[in-house]
Amino acid sequence: MGTMSIVAKPIELDADGHLANRNDWNEDLARDIAAQEGITELTPQHWAVINFMRKVFEKEGDAPSIRRLTKESGVDTKTLYQLFPKGPAKRAAKIAGLPKPKGCI
Amino acid sequence: MTQTNAAEPIQKVSIVVSHGSLEGVYPGLIMANGARMEGIEASLFFTFFGLDAIIKKRMNNLKVATVGNPGMHMPTLLGALPGMSAFATGMMKKEIEKIDIPPIGEFITMIHDAGCEIFACRATVDMFHLKPEDFCEEVDGVISVGQFYEMAAGAQIIFT
Repeated sequence: MGTMSIVAKPIELDADGHLANRNDWNEDLARDIAAQEGITELTPQHWAVINFMRKVFEKEGDAPSIRRLTKESGVDTKTLYQLFPKGPAKRAAKIAGLPKPKGCI
Repeated sequence: MTQTNAAEPIQKVSIVVSHGSLEGVYPGLIMANGARMEGIEASLFFTFFGLDAIIKKRMNNLKVATVGNPGMHMPTLLGALPGMSAFATGMMKKEIEKIDIPPIGEFITMIHDAGCEIFACRATVDMFHLKPEDFCEEVDGVISVGQFYEMAAGAQIIFT
């Protein structure tokens, strides 16, 4: 069987470096973005956070606050900061293909 | 004026909380939590009446100041009426909960879990004759001003 290389379609980003269109998102892309952010492996706990953020965004148009994230996703604050060491809200949103969260909390 | 290089991102903040009213404590906590959310190293130093925010018996009973607080847009005598501070406090707590900011006790736990160190001011602890058991478990230590400055090396110090 022969092989074929497909030129990857360029993906548009917003001013913060997050995906401009969240429909471009898929799990492989999430892994790539995570790797760029220094997170080499996405564990089930990472996915719990990512999926929860996407679910809330889908319904409400903004990512959840850290407080809500920890109360409803089943991942506590300490773990959340271990999973996304350099700022959980922004990093998790970026990996989830969502814009930077607007909230302060 | 010419700018030769782009501004360096903030790496570390040390936030001093010196007031014990609800509106005096929340801004410092929100800034500390916000710093951690952005991956910025943060510590909190509570001094004078700010210590009430980390005293177990008081932390969840902080009140809004309705007297001597021009921001309330309320005549001083009206603000002094019995029940006025409790009323304003109830209103503020309700609005704060609506925007998903936790009550003080829960907020302190959340900020500490986020990796922010929490310190009490030695001079104030001595002045008010406070004991270690008076403080919530999140307090990492009682330190002097000198130790605070040592710890804050390389940080932006924010006084509230």
